[in-house]
Amino acid sequence: MAERELNFGEALNEAMRQEMQRDPKVVIMGEDVAGGADVDHLEGDDAWGGVLGVTKGLVKEFGRSRVIDTPISESGFIGAAVGAAATGLRPIAEMMFVGFMGVCFDQLLNQGAKLRYMFGGKAKVPLVIRTICGGGYRAAAQHSQVLHSLFTHIPGLKTVVPSTPYDAKGLLISAIRDDDLVIFFEDITFGGIKGVVPEEDYTIPFGKADIKRAGEDVTIVAIGKMVHHSLTAATELEKQGKSAEVLDPRTLSPFDEETVLESVEKTGRLVIADESHPRCNVATDIAAMVADKGFDYLNAPIKMVSAPHTPVPFSPPLEDHYLPNPQKISEAALGLF
Amino acid sequence: MDIPKDKLLWIYERMQLIRVFETRVSTEFGKGKIPGFVHLYAGEEAVAVGICAHLTDADYMTSTHRGHGHCVAKGVDVRGMMAELFGKATGICKGKGGSMHIADMDKGMLGANGIVGGGPPLACGSGLTAKTNGTDQVTICFFGDGASEQGTLHESLNLAAIWKLPIIFVAENNGYAESTPAHYHCSVENIADRAAAYNMPGVTIDGNDLFAVYESAHEAVARARAGQGPSLLECKTYRHFGHFEGDAQTYKIAEENEKYRTELDPIKRFKDAVLPRGLISEDELAAIDQRVNAAIDEAVTFAEDSPFPEVQETFTDVYVNY
Ligand SMILES: Cc1ncc(C[n+]2csc(CCOP(=O)(O)OP(=O)(O)O)c2C)c(N)n1
Ligand SMILES: [Mg+2]
Repeated sequence: MAERELNFGEALNEAMRQEMQRDPKVVIMGEDVAGGADVDHLEGDDAWGGVLGVTKGLVKEFGRSRVIDTPISESGFIGAAVGAAATGLRPIAEMMFVGFMGVCFDQLLNQGAKLRYMFGGKAKVPLVIRTICGGGYRAAAQHSQVLHSLFTHIPGLKTVVPSTPYDAKGLLISAIRDDDLVIFFEDITFGGIKGVVPEEDYTIPFGKADIKRAGEDVTIVAIGKMVHHSLTAATELEKQGKSAEVLDPRTLSPFDEETVLESVEKTGRLVIADESHPRCNVATDIAAMVADKGFDYLNAPIKMVSAPHTPVPFSPPLEDHYLPNPQKISEAALGLF
Repeated sequence: MDIPKDKLLWIYERMQLIRVFETRVSTEFGKGKIPGFVHLYAGEEAVAVGICAHLTDADYMTSTHRGHGHCVAKGVDVRGMMAELFGKATGICKGKGGSMHIADMDKGMLGANGIVGGGPPLACGSGLTAKTNGTDQVTICFFGDGASEQGTLHESLNLAAIWKLPIIFVAENNGYAESTPAHYHCSVENIADRAAAYNMPGVTIDGNDLFAVYESAHEAVARARAGQGPSLLECKTYRHFGHFEGDAQTYKIAEENEKYRTELDPIKRFKDAVLPRGLISEDELAAIDQRVNAAIDEAVTFAEDSPFPEVQETFTDVYVNY
């Protein structure tokens, strides 16, 4: 039997459907996650199923008490999700675009992330916040951001950045079953990505990197969309006689230091590709970790490929110039030889 | 309330300019000429124009993701706007902002906004500047029914009230926030009822009736200019297009949609009001239509012919000094 392929959104949808079937405490909330609330002629069915259709069909199966459309009140509903998680529900909240986190930042930074610690371990916040991130959609400065570094910085939050449909499903199921607050980043350009996804439910552990391509000469640690760019870059490098290992951390907090160090020990060279702005991002964090713990393995300086220290421009040629791409990654790698 | 003839002509021209601009944007977007997201204002013209009829370039405005109409009503150049939507170097923001971030500081236009509820606090800021400087400038703060559920709006209403800021908060209640109807997301039937909680006047009007908007805005603007503080004006209206281009709009009620595009259309209603009374002639309207169509054709040609920005522009304008 041919292995079944799903696209990125379908894999996420299936993860949520299976978890909602398994556990009645799992609820979805967010703006237009169903859409068409109280519109008579829709008879309870959804109008949108999320802005990219990722939650489409779920309201039909689980009803509006478990797929809850919210007003445009991010502080309110994200805070409510934190409170509900602390008192027994297991919400999956959808923050349409990661830039809107700006609106509800207190509820994450000062509430959700810290409740457990401040309460001496007496609370847990089993909440997943799914959010769209990334450039390339010509969506301009407020709708194209890559902010996983910001959230990875905060103790109490876990951060997950899947790059394939397979990882998306397994990581989302793990996130839903996890007892901590997880922020789950979905790249806006992943809609068309297809891949083999098992039909049954399965989990992928947090803090376990995946080697997306094995290689000998240089390690490329790549996050989210950069995994795909790095695989393209690796093909180019192959033509140049260099064998690149592409490593996908999959979760940034917790982070799999061991697999990165093992790879660098083997290759002696490290490129880190991250679409974040370059200051205080996950790439600088990984670079510091390797400089500290793997200095002796290195035959060349560590190279980082990131977006520049500017907001995301709208105009297509500017945005293309802004974004990291396969060529920038392969050039950085070649510069190490 | 009588509106002087030259103002009536201006009003018609601006409403028509918005309508033709938006219709053309829809076409160009469909052709793939306009990247990203666009949210069209068509159907709501009487709100922006009826209010901006009382403003000068010195007055301020904050806007929303559905901001093209506000910009046109405030007098922002349609060539620069179109070029901005095309991402060109001649765009009003050099192609760096696009549809959701059109701004023109010279016209007091403090930006469309990609963040729902992003505008009201900024409006308190321009209100505070005007008050501190002792000018009679007012700020118009446009926001949607969906935005009325953001905390920022409520904080801003209170700030404006306690500081007696010269602001007119304009709720553009088009019945929906994306695919979610206002009767679901909003705790009150009329957003203007919330004004009472902030101790300011609040009125709800038919936002597709240009004359009603003009009259209510006249009062609110006069109050603000006289230093008597903010008001909340709710205009009930409807958008002709989807939330953004590409929206299937299954949540809309078909008959209602049809009615708003025909008999309740604000431009049609304006014409029906002025023509029989002889306030404006058919010929005068036709002349305006011709001018408007030519202006939009010209704007599209200008946008198409303009170059994209140089890639070095990616790195400019982040700071004044660095
Ligand atoms: C803070 C924030 N949350 C959500 C969105 C996504 N969004 C864009 S427009 C919109 C609906 C706005 O509805 P309303 O205020 O009624 O304005 P309308 O679109 O009807 O003009 C939403 C949810 C956003 N841009 N910003
Ligand atoms: Mg609305």
